[in-house]
Order: sequence, then structure tokens, then C-alpha cells
Amino acid sequence: MKFLDEYRDRAAVETLARQIRMRAAGDWTLMEVCGGQTHTILKTGLEGLLPENVHLVHGPGCPVCVTPLELVDAAVEIALRPEVTFTSFGDMLRVPGSGFSLFDAKARGADVRIVYSPLDALKLARELPQREVVFFAVGFETTAPANAMAVWQAAKTAVKNFSILVAHVLVPPAMEAVLASPECRVQAFLAPGHVCTVDGYRAYEAVSENHRVPIVVTGFEPVDLLEGILAAVNQLEEGRAEVENRYARAVRRDGNPEARKVVGEVFETGERKWRGLGPIPRSGLKLRDEYAGFDALKRFETRTGEVREPEACKAGLVLQGLMKPPECPAFGSQCTPERPLGAPMVSSEGACAAYYLYGGRV
Amino acid sequence: MCLAVPGLVIEIEGGEPAFLRGTVDFAGVRKEVAFSFTPEVKPGQYVLVHAGFALQVVDEEEARKTFEDLKQLGLLEDEATDGG
Amino acid sequence: MNCPLPSDGAGRVTMAHGGGGRMTERLIEEVFLPVFKGAELGRKHDGAYVNIAAGRLAMTTDSFVVNPLFFPGGSIGSLAVHGTVNDLAMCGARPLCITAGFILEEGLDIGILKRIASDMAAAAGEAGVEIVTADTKVVERGKGDGVYINTSGIGECVIDETGPWRVAPGDAVIISGDLGRHGIAIMSMRAGIEFDAPVESDSAALWPAVSALIGAGVNIHCMRDLTRGGLSSALNEIAKARGVEVTIDEDAIPVGDAVRGACEFLGLDPLYVANEGRFCLVLPERDARRAVEVLKGVDVSAGSAIIGSVEQGRSRVVMRTRIGGRRVVDMLSGEQLPRIC
Repeated sequence: MKFLDEYRDRAAVETLARQIRMRAAGDWTLMEVCGGQTHTILKTGLEGLLPENVHLVHGPGCPVCVTPLELVDAAVEIALRPEVTFTSFGDMLRVPGSGFSLFDAKARGADVRIVYSPLDALKLARELPQREVVFFAVGFETTAPANAMAVWQAAKTAVKNFSILVAHVLVPPAMEAVLASPECRVQAFLAPGHVCTVDGYRAYEAVSENHRVPIVVTGFEPVDLLEGILAAVNQLEEGRAEVENRYARAVRRDGNPEARKVVGEVFETGERKWRGLGPIPRSGLKLRDEYAGFDALKRFETRTGEVREPEACKAGLVLQGLMKPPECPAFGSQCTPERPLGAPMVSSEGACAAYYLYGGRV
Repeated sequence: MCLAVPGLVIEIEGGEPAFLRGTVDFAGVRKEVAFSFTPEVKPGQYVLVHAGFALQVVDEEEARKTFEDLKQLGLLEDEATDGG
Repeated sequence: MNCPLPSDGAGRVTMAHGGGGRMTERLIEEVFLPVFKGAELGRKHDGAYVNIAAGRLAMTTDSFVVNPLFFPGGSIGSLAVHGTVNDLAMCGARPLCITAGFILEEGLDIGILKRIASDMAAAAGEAGVEIVTADTKVVERGKGDGVYINTSGIGECVIDETGPWRVAPGDAVIISGDLGRHGIAIMSMRAGIEFDAPVESDSAALWPAVSALIGAGVNIHCMRDLTRGGLSSALNEIAKARGVEVTIDEDAIPVGDAVRGACEFLGLDPLYVANEGRFCLVLPERDARRAVEVLKGVDVSAGSAIIGSVEQGRSRVVMRTRIGGRRVVDMLSGEQLPRIC
């Protein structure tokens, strides 16, 4: 497959791994922000190709993992309503709420359906005028344009029975939060490539300068990740702290202006609580007043009460790169993909699930 | 949310830019994709597709440069070991 | 008595069809007997009489609840036959005869049931087995997914027992063809994906391949057909049952282009995608190359390849990845869902 296979080429991987081994003299800790990057690293056994003095810690870039418990509970409650057809990406289905997951709700008769695009949900709304179609709008900046466009199109074509449950989160504030922690060991970041495809990388320039950390925009295939790691290692060895783009085939400095325009038209930033991390100001998106009619939380009453995470769940520390999943006492015993305590054990890109499934350094 | 897959644009149905749609091929799998964010796209180009939308046209020139650089690295390595 | 099935005009299954009386009889005569042409079934007794040469028998049972009922390359009917004859083949037993139990949902279109029965008959005929006895029950609308089928089968053992207990460190691991066709054929119907050339389910009978191996005197240690959970489940079951480490090479595992494209697009891993006409074979290393040659000579296993080996070690499956890394291949806890992250 073009633009995929070449980036999985063994010879290229070996060349880059050798370069990293030659260049990395110091002991360096890098964080890859996006769960999709974590997934590739663990699935391909990439970490095993790195020298012992280059450490990767996994960041909070798993929108599924950080969707607040209250919103998962709200999703389940809305899904259980008999008039609702609840649509979602597959990723969210097994995330545990305070009681159920959406999967459990489906088993109890809720009309829950997996879709591949919010436009599929909108299409469903047109095909089923007697149902209330709700879409779980989870994701980072990568997915915001698609969700914004679905709402924009719904408004333009007067589709009344469509609404979204918004759980969007933004990356730069999360990186700031990670850097603000006194225990932060991260010395360089691999910035999430597809978030930058949409948003560009201007926002990281201030972060890089203020905290003196190299930030390398990195893709998702093995060659991309090694390019990103090599660039970060070079910066660290040379004492530089800049934003660098190592995913130029997909990322331009200003991202995709068309996409950002629609997001700005439909959404605005607001405070968002991150599951495991707590509230981070201006780190989430919510619908603007003109589009409030499409907000599922306004359309349906939900009884979100006190929510409490299980004591034993250390998702917060894992998401900040302060603990590796196998270091968590509950890992593999109390907490498994069958009976997860928290979201990172369920999501396909959650660090805990990735370690459980792929085993870390083998 | 980061799974965006590169595919070849096969055809584009005309229409208002925001509602632009077409077909993208992923190694023999065809899917209808929205081109709202890449209204200038042409058949024969590659796009990155996520959640049913093309997010960006793949810059083939940049892609080529990556591999040129890698080849250089590889050659430098060979020289280093030969010359040593 | 030539009255056609009393119907509400739409030819649908009703609760009366499950009553055991005239309606049930009519259903059997109009739908099943014409296609399940077996002599024994035609005798319409409570049970079937089967003659089997003295020796060891293998038995198996399987139930089929697939949705959609029809998919490219097959249907619940052909699956129901293949699943059971393949389990027998995995025991080194030639399939002889099978039973068929149907649980029908009230409201099921009888035309659909006829198509399913016809698919079953065709699959059974190709597999050389007779459907010797059958049963039908009807459940209320909403309590079934159209139709559920259970098949049980008997086969005569042609070789000594094979199974994980015979697996030994040093053995080679072979698979009989490319992965993921069945799962992708099903998933693509749900995902609204189209293919240049449709991906068809690989659902097929495996006995011809097993029989060829036996005929060539290959020393078989263990066979497992790949079904739900894909290659990963089959290998993990063997690794855990025997307490060995199975190592496989990503590069050696055959996956067709269209299946790969669909997996990339949906965020699925071919190692976990369902198959219905593939098996893995564990055998002494010195027999491996010959076994592949033999398998390649049989249609259903034409795509066979050596993919790995067995070692002493922890009870797990490890993969050497395409880029030269290593990772554990664990079993999935539930169904693999398409992802966007």
C-alpha cells in the first residue's frame, strides 16, 4: 500500500535505529503524545530496537482514555432511552462508565451502532426520521473537523433528529499539564502527526520556547517514529529546543485552514475535565450557542451524579507518563481487558491495553 | 484519534465544496469519502482519510525527500564502514 | 395431500411450524427433504441408523449464529456444514455424517430458509457427508436472529490421536492459506465497503488437505482450524495447552491485498480476524517442507506456508515483526472492533 509500506521497510528502519544508537550519548526520556503512536511502537516491537539510554514514555493522547467518566455515564444513559439510536466509533464501546459501558447497554437492548464517520450518523438520522440519532463526538483536533462538518451539514439541511455528545479534547494544553507536573521527566516530545495535519504546529512553538523542550511533529509508521526519535535525540545532544516537522508529507505549519475554519465556526474552547488528570482550562471544545440545538446534553436530561473512579486505577499517572502500565499493582490482576478498572486498559490505543496485548520489551 | 489512512483518489462527484464527495481506493478497497476539507483535490492524488473525510493531500515531493535523505544516511554509513 | 404450506401469503415461518404437527411435517417436506436427499433422512424416523467400520470415532458439535445470514462466498448454511466437518478433520477423522438442528425465528421468510437448506446440501455434497437427521424448532419473533443452526458430526479416525500434547519444541508451524477473508467479507457488509473484486469468505471443507497429508505419510502433531479469534486464538490455545512458546514471522504470514487494505482502513489486525477454511499445522521440522508441497497440491490449501516454530519457553505466542522487532501476540478478550484511534 503506497505511503504505508515504504514506511515499514526493514532496511530503512535498521538504518534509522543504527543512527539513533550512534547519536544518543546521554540518557534521554521522550514522550510520544498520541495513543496511535504508542500502538505502533508496541505492536511493531519498535522499542526493542532503541538503545537502552533512550526511553519512551506514553502520553495522554488517547481521547478514549481521557473522556470524563461523567460523559461516558451520560452516553450510556442517553443510549438506554427507547427513542434514541446511539452511534459511536468502535473505540468507545467497551470503556467502563460508573456502572455500564455502551457495550453493556447494547446487551440490555439499547440501539447502539458503530459508525465509521459522523456523516454515517447524519445519514442514519435522515433515514430514520422517527428516531433520535445521537453521535458520540470523541477525539482530538484530528476528528473535530469531521464532527463540526456533520453538525454544520445538519444545520444547513435542517436535520432535526440529530445531536452530538461532545467530548473533544485539545493536545497543547495537555502537554502543558504534563510539563507542569513536578515529577515530569519528559525531555522531548513527539507531537501527534494527525492532530498537526489539521491544526498545524504553530501552537507548539510557544510550548517549546517556554519550557525549552524539543517538539518533533511525528507520524505513525515505524520509519516515521524513528525519524521523529532521531530528530529529538539530535536536538537533545546538541542542546537545541525547537519545533521540527518530521511528517512533512502530511503536515504543513498552518495545517488545513479549511478544516480549522469549520471547527471554529461550530465549536469554541472551554474547560474540560480529563479522566485521570482532572480539569484543564481551555482544553476542550463545546458547541457554540448558534449550534446549541445539536448538543445532546441539552436535548436529553441526564442524571450525572457523583462519580468515583476505582481507588486502584492509576490511569492518571500512566497518562502523564509517570508510571508504566506494568508498574501498576492492578495491572494484569485486578485490571484486565475483560474487567478493566479504567479506560487505558480498554482502548486499543490505551497504554495499558497495548502493554497487556503486546507485552512491552519482549 | 489518529488512524488516518492514505488512499488514491479515484473519482470526485461535483458539487458545493462543503458537500464534495468521491471515491478513494485503499489497495483494492473502495470507500466513499468527503472532500470538504480538500476541495482542490484531483483524481490520481493521494489523500489521508480519517472518519470519512480526506484531511490532507499527501505531499509526494516531501515523501520522496524523506527517502532521499534516508538513502544518503545509508550511503554515509557504508562509506564510514568502508573507509574505516 | 398436496396442499402447499398454509401461509399468510408471505411464506413465513409461524409458531405453528414448530408445533410438531402437520405444519412441521410440511415444512420438512417442502424445505429440507428435497435438498437433503439422504436416504436415512428420508426414512423419517426419530433417529438415524449409521454403519461404521469398527475402529475409533471422532465426534463434534458446533452452533452457528452468524449475521448477516448471507455473505460473499457463503451463508450460514455452508458455514454450518464446513464448521463441523472441519472440526472432525482437525481430529484426523474422515467426516461421515452430520446432523442439523434449526431454531427458526417466527417471521423468517421461507424462501430464505430454502436457500440456506440448499447451501447446506451443496456443501455437504462437496464434503462427501450425508445429513442423516434433522430437527426444527420455532421461537417467537424477537427471540432469534432469523435462524440458528447446530450441526453435530461423526468421523472415522484415520490416524492416531493428534493434539497439543504431541507438540514438541523444535516443531514447525504451517498455515494452509491467507488470513482474514471470512471476517472481512462479513465486516465489509456492515461497513459499507466495496471492493474491486469482492472479498469472499474462505469457508470451505478442509478434509481434502488433511487427507493428502495423511496419504503422504506426514507426521502430524497437532492441527487447529482458524475460526473466531483468528490465527492468534488457535496458536495461543496450542501454546497454553502444551506450555511452549510459539514464534511466528510476520513476513511469512500470507494476507491478501484487499484484506490488508480493509484491515488498514478499519484499524483491524489480520491476526485476529475470523477464517472459516484455514488451519494451522504443527509438525516435526524435518517434515515441514514436504508438508507444504503436499498442501499446495490441494485447492483449499494452495496458499500454505511455513510461518514459525515451537520452542521451550513461556506459554505464549511471540511474533518477529516486519521491521525486526518482537512482540507478544495475545488473545483478544472480546470481538475486535473497528477503531479510529
